[in-house]
Amino acid sequence: MDHYYDRSHLPRFGEIAEGNQELADAFFSYYNKVFEEGALTAREKALIALAVANTVQCPYCIDTYTTACLETGSDLEQMTEAVHVATAIRGGAALVHGVQMLDQVKRLTM
Amino acid sequence: MITLDTLPQGPRATSSLSFRAVPLAHPGKQLRVLDAVDTSGGPTNSGQFELDLASCGWPRLKPDRLEIVQINLGKLCNMTCRHCHVDAGPDRVDENMDRTTVEACLRAIDSSGARVVDLTGGAPELNPNFEFLVEECVQRGLRVLDRCNLTILLTRPYSHLPEWFAERGVEVVCSLPHYRKIGTDAQRGDGTYHKSIQALKRLNQAGYGQGDPHRKLVLVANPVGAFLSGNQSSLEAEWKTALARNHNVRFDQLLTLNNLPMSRYLEWLMETNQVKLYLNRLLQAFNPSTIAGLMCRNTLSISWDGYLYDCDFNQQLEMTMDIPRPHVTDFDLGIWQDHAIRTARHCYGCTAGAGSSCGGAIA
Repeated sequence: MDHYYDRSHLPRFGEIAEGNQELADAFFSYYNKVFEEGALTAREKALIALAVANTVQCPYCIDTYTTACLETGSDLEQMTEAVHVATAIRGGAALVHGVQMLDQVKRLTM
Repeated sequence: MITLDTLPQGPRATSSLSFRAVPLAHPGKQLRVLDAVDTSGGPTNSGQFELDLASCGWPRLKPDRLEIVQINLGKLCNMTCRHCHVDAGPDRVDENMDRTTVEACLRAIDSSGARVVDLTGGAPELNPNFEFLVEECVQRGLRVLDRCNLTILLTRPYSHLPEWFAERGVEVVCSLPHYRKIGTDAQRGDGTYHKSIQALKRLNQAGYGQGDPHRKLVLVANPVGAFLSGNQSSLEAEWKTALARNHNVRFDQLLTLNNLPMSRYLEWLMETNQVKLYLNRLLQAFNPSTIAGLMCRNTLSISWDGYLYDCDFNQQLEMTMDIPRPHVTDFDLGIWQDHAIRTARHCYGCTAGAGSSCGGAIA
């Protein structure tokens, strides 16, 4: 392997059970349960997953949940808004730390 | 024959394969493109639909009970949608059912025992015999479905149809790929969404979409791209909320259909190098619980020139029913009951995910 992130890893995700079947089974069972229709629809969950995928910058998840969003009935405008929500939170998270900077500046300067 | 200059202008996303005289216009070419794909997935991993059915306990796909006669009145349409499996369009003026064939269809319906007549096209309303056929079926007490592209209802020669349908209890089954604009116009042509919403309002005004079983308004959604359709019941609730909130439009039922890899949808898959990806997506989503409910098991499909098929997709691929005389003038219910249904790789579209049929999801 001469690069990080390999597209073929995604369909091979299940191979992670090789080192510990029990934990893999528990994880995938939980994972599949999470995305079932519940108080939130599968479409809403896919939009949340897309936003989180962009936040954690996981290319596997971005591909997977782009398709999932389309298949559960979202369109490009709705998906773009979800990504902007992630962006706003991520950017806001950086910016709100600026208040810590501000306090420190005030402490250290005249 | 209907001439082009009598046709109302409608939104266009493309032109027909037939008009462009490209090799893909020929069904044989479409089947060869699918057969050439190196597939993976499905119960036998063979990419052979018959073997996958056999491995699920269906060694021979046979009809169940004939419930629906689906008549394709012709390939003429005021629209030229990007995904059309019929390759319909304003230029398809020659392929339209004549009165003699319509009358033969009525005789076949009478002897079939089917209680549902499903009218499709093209835009079936453009056929000069459309209202005659609907009237005859209504008088027979049959449930009549009109597969409507919506935009046709805004054109002058056909603007009376919402009330005309309402008076006769015709069920209107309308194409709308999404409850929002962006996907609708991408698939069906710029301006389609706006016109579709206007047409839905006209249908609402005529009493459709209010829960009246005699004025039933059904929406049909195909995915706008190389992915499967979503959960029908979940989407129906969301669509109802969204269309009511955004446009004050009501409807009764949503059907979600998969696109079958053929005709203009296949052309788009080829142009975007996604034929293999999509076919394998269908194979990987193969769902054995859809087989019993496949529409080929309860439907007789008739083409504009009277030939008989197992479904409208086989019809467009010119795969006539596997019987000695597959023509409406020779229709015999006993022969239909015993015949073997013809399949090929496009059939994976109907068995994928929750399944797909003209009546929506299966499983």
